[in-house]
Order: sequence, then C-alpha cells, then structure tokens
Amino acid sequence: MSEPLLEIKDVRVEFEVRDGIIRAVDGVSYTVNRGETIGVIGESGCGKSITAKAAMQMLPKPGKITQGEILYYRRDKFDPSRPTQLVNITKLDPDGELIRQIRGGEFAMIFQEPMSSLTPVYTTGTLISEALFLHRKIPVTVGDQMSQKIMQYRPVTKEEAREISIEMLQKVGIPKPHERVDAYPHQLSGGQRQRVMIAIALSCQPFMLIADEPTTALDVSIEAQILDLMRELQESVDMSIMFITHNLGVVAEMAKEIVVMYMGKQVESAETVSLFYEPKHPYTRALLQAIPKIGRRSGERLASIKGMVPDPFHLPPGCVFHPRCPSFMPGKCDRIVPTWKEAEPGHWVRCLLYEDV
Amino acid sequence: MAERIATKSENIILDVKGMKKYFPIQKGLLRQVVGYVKAVDDVSFFLRQGETLGLVGESGCGKTTVSRTIIRLYEPTAGTAYFQTSLFSADGKPEMVNIFDLDKEQMKRIRREVAMIFQDPINSLNPRMSIFDIVSEPMVIHGVSAGPEMEETVVTLLERVGLRKEHIRRYPHEFSGGQRQRIGIARALSMNPKIIFCDEPVSALDVSIQAQTLNLLQDLQADFDLSYVFVAHDLSVVQHISNRVAVMYVGKIAELAYSDALYNDPLHPYTEALMSAVPKPDPKYQSERLIMQGDVADPSNPPPGCYFHPRCRYAVDKCRTETPEFRELKPEHFVACHRAEELKLKGV
Repeated sequence: MSEPLLEIKDVRVEFEVRDGIIRAVDGVSYTVNRGETIGVIGESGCGKSITAKAAMQMLPKPGKITQGEILYYRRDKFDPSRPTQLVNITKLDPDGELIRQIRGGEFAMIFQEPMSSLTPVYTTGTLISEALFLHRKIPVTVGDQMSQKIMQYRPVTKEEAREISIEMLQKVGIPKPHERVDAYPHQLSGGQRQRVMIAIALSCQPFMLIADEPTTALDVSIEAQILDLMRELQESVDMSIMFITHNLGVVAEMAKEIVVMYMGKQVESAETVSLFYEPKHPYTRALLQAIPKIGRRSGERLASIKGMVPDPFHLPPGCVFHPRCPSFMPGKCDRIVPTWKEAEPGHWVRCLLYEDV
Repeated sequence: MAERIATKSENIILDVKGMKKYFPIQKGLLRQVVGYVKAVDDVSFFLRQGETLGLVGESGCGKTTVSRTIIRLYEPTAGTAYFQTSLFSADGKPEMVNIFDLDKEQMKRIRREVAMIFQDPINSLNPRMSIFDIVSEPMVIHGVSAGPEMEETVVTLLERVGLRKEHIRRYPHEFSGGQRQRIGIARALSMNPKIIFCDEPVSALDVSIQAQTLNLLQDLQADFDLSYVFVAHDLSVVQHISNRVAVMYVGKIAELAYSDALYNDPLHPYTEALMSAVPKPDPKYQSERLIMQGDVADPSNPPPGCYFHPRCRYAVDKCRTETPEFRELKPEHFVACHRAEELKLKGV
C-alpha cells in the first residue's frame, strides 16, 4: 500500500485583479504518494503550475488559496525514527520558518526555462552551494555511549559544499565536473543547464520533486537523457515526482498516475494505462486524438477540439468544457455542474455522461 | 512504398543545390575573421509543386537558416536555388530563376511568390498595427491593391483562416496565440504565394490549437495548390504534415526521403536515434531507447569525418576520417552515411 506524501484537498486559488476574480484552480484534489510519479497535464492556463506553486506556498501575487487544504505528511529528514507530522501547508505563513525549510529542502522544484531560472552572475558551484548551506546538514558524532552513538547535525562548510557540488554535477552527467563547477550558466548548453537545475534541486535530498515542464525547451535527444536521469535518480533516492507537462508522450513514459486539468478544474484522474486506453472524459479523449502520433501514416486529418479555451472572466455555465465538447448534451451540460465521481475503481472523472441526471 | 503517389505533380518548383551559409566569427578590435560557423554546409534538395517538405533536426542544426537563406534574409555563401516563376520571362511562361543571382529590385518582386510564417506569433506581429494593417501591408508594398477592394481581400483572407470580419480593426494583443498564428498565415497568403516557408509554426501552440492550425495549413494547401517547406523540431508533427522529410544534423542533410519510408525504414543512424528518443504517447509501448550521448556538435568546430560519429553507435574508423557523401541509395531516398547499406535500422 502506497503511503501518501502530499494530499491536495479541494483546493481553490483565486487571483483578484482589476477586472474581477479569476479562479485559477477550482476544487482540485489529488494525492502524491511516496516514491511515485504523478503526472499533471493540461493546456496552458489550466492551472497545473499554480496548483504546484500553491503546494510550495509560492503563489505569485495576488494569488490566494481561498478554500481547501494541502496536507503534507512530514517525516523528519534527519531522524526517520520520529513519527510523521501532519503539516497543513495552506495554514503556513508564506515567509515563515517552517515553509522555508520545506521549500527547497523537502520539496524541490525545477522549471521550464533553464535559461532564465539560473542567475547569470553565479557559477554553477555557487548556485548548488547556496541550496546546500540552507538545507543540507552533515551528521557528526558528538558522544559515544555503550549502546548508541549520539548524533548531531552541523551545516556544511565551504569546502564540503564544493565537493558535494562536484559530486552532484557528476551524478547528473555533466562532463568534467571539476571544471564545470566554476562555469557560468551562459557557458553551458541548454541540456546542461537543465542538468544543473536538477543538481540544485536534488542536492538537498528532497522528498518530492516538482518538475514544471522540465523538458519542454529541450531537444528530443536531450529530453530523453533528462527523463532517463530523473527516473534513475528517483529510484536511487526514493523520491516522489510531480510531473507537470502538456506533452502526453512524456507523461505516458514517466507517470504512474495522471491528473488531467481544464480551466482550473481536474476533469479526469486515473492510472496511466487506464487513462490512455480508456479515457472517459471527452476532453481527455479529444486531447489524445489531437496529437499527431509518430509512426502513424501521414496525410490524415487530425481530430481537433473546436473553439478556444474560454475567457476566465466569463466561464460558461454548467460544465466549463461544454461549448467545445463533442458529446454535449443540450439542457444538461450547459446547466448542471458535474461532480467529481469515481466512474470505475481508481478512475475518477468530472462529466455528466457518468452521472444520472 | 515506392508506388505510393504522395505528391500531385512532378513539377519541381524549387531546386536547391550545394547551398552554404557560413557566418564569420570576428574577434578583436579590427574584427578579424577567426573562423566560421558553418550553419548550412552543402545542402541540396528540391520541392515539388503542391507538396510539403519537412525539415527536422535539433536546435542549432541549421534548419531555420536554410529557409531564411533561400529567401535571402541571409546572403548565401555558395550554391544555387532555382525557383520556378514567370515574373521575369518575356512570354509569361514559367522558367527557372536562380534566386541567389537576383538583384534587389528583382528580389522584391519574387518575394510575392515566397512567403514565410514565423514561430513566435507574438513577436512576429507589430503590436502598433491593426490586423487590417498587418494583413494588407504586403499588398501596399507591392502596390497590387488599394481602397475598398483591398479591404474586401483582407476580410476574405481573415475569413479563410477562421477569423471574423469584426476582427479587422483590432490589435494583436487582443488575440490568443492560436488566433495570432492565423493572422500570420493570412498575411503570408495575402500575395498569393507559391511557396510558404513555415518556421516552427505550431511549436508555441497548445495541443488542441496545434491540431486546428495543422488542419488549416493542409486545407489551404489543397485550396491554393501551395508548396510548404515546414521547419519543426517535433518529429510527429513533421511526419503528419509532410510528404517528404529531410533530417538535418549540424548544417548538413543526413537523410531525405518520403515520410513513410523515412519513419519506417530509416537509413541513417541519427534518424533512428532521433525517432527512438521521441516519447510515445502510449504507456504500454516498450522499446529499447537509443540514448544519444553528449550534445550536438559545434558547427564552428565540427568533428572530422562524419559530424555525427561521436554520438553514433555504429561508428567505425572510416566515419572518423571521411565525410560521407549525400547519395541516393534507394529511389528518392537520400542518405549521407558510409554504412547505410549494411546497417539494419529500426523505424517506428
């Protein structure tokens, strides 16, 4: 039985702007299990990144969590024997001591743009060390009694930080780590920069890695290398991954479970195989049909989803997908808001096709 | 595979031979040239009327430079590009004209017949111009239309690409990414071109909008008998839209063939590795991933012999010293690899 690490329960995130309130995330619930990968997919603006940022208390202003809770089953990083604490992240002060320990130390994040998320004025060594000074502790034995050793933790020193940085660079497959530790981001290629991002994220041995479109800006050959690396590292350190992407191919390969989002709502969630082979929601089906599949004969037309993503200020009534839906039922879908239902064991969907109305 | 008729005609409208584009690397106060970035290095291909030629490759392989050099946004270093046009012939019959030999005045005229669609729909539209101004600008420049007649043409174009009449006075920021790309397409169509160079036209778009745009491009091609050079890095998109596909690596074409032949029976190890790297949207798909080690070679200092040999799993001594010739191994299947005959490569 898999053990939960993070439970997102009915979370709503709102942005109050001049023209009104945008509900960027509306009633999203999913669970990240320890050591497993969950994929979150959806088109741009569907709220997939905002949900992840809410879990880190990193919402950009003026975003606020107005409903729901995000529960973190916190194990002591340095003393696993202590009981698991339950932390409600939504209640934490975004600048408080605890969230700052969790952010970076226990949940790490890698971003889409390796070019703009590394500070250009620091070397890779400094960038990795910065995280190490904040979050990594070295065990030292302070006393030796008959039955047990008394352990304590001290911050890493400058020399140790450099050593760990080199070791991390080597782990993520950067050639000549001894030289590259003194390189600036502009001296590295796109793939190497993304590797440095991963090195920074993993240097503090987090419990969960939030990967927000980590390979979107990369070429396929580099993407394959990075995905392999992430899988390998996940096995070796028993880490959960929240994989946010719009690429269905990537998510099919990486995730055990998938959550599909549309306009701030989750529309379907299931195990990967079941989602790809028996998609239930018309939106998921349409998404799967809209991608050109490699190896399929060329020349056919793609099944496209008609229309566009609606304006967030004027969301359609009823099901938000109904104006674009191929299985639109007049009189129902435009009036009744569908609920989150378990259509089959483990396969959840938000659609009136699976409700008796 | 050979009997498949993928193109409507045998009429070659663009024939590029031995095209090179080197960018000089300058150093020091006197801007001395210390080397060259060989962005495009001896590329040859042709395009038939009404067909789509896909150009794929990793970033920095020169695929964008190829299309920009052909329409002389960059000055070519060497080579020829013959384009079929009747603009300069006395009797109005189409003839082959070398684009690289034309002077500025002639170039301006030929730009009516070659258009371009850009990757970034945000930066390629002037934010201070209304949609009417953007779409009509080519017609104004070439002086082909004016007044109410031009406005009518603009409305027809907008409607053809799926926008509405009332959009004509709006500005680019009022549109979504997919709509902006449609505006770019309408602008490209305004001069009734023969060839459209599409430079990553869908890579900035979401999946559902991408499918709409690809369908639109295919419909327009059928309606106006357009030829496309379709540059993209997404192999599945390129396979979907292209009749023939050229795979580029560090300024050279590694392989060029009909898209089914290329994807099912690749002859170049780079093509094989590239295909296997594409994540398949099928969780049950099990296949050995051929991971290419290292990064793309540096085009200013490429390795000797075959540029791909440091990353190639089949490389032998010959590959390290001799540059492979770009040859037609099977009918219409070109490849630049020493070992193309003996290797049994896997497609998708």
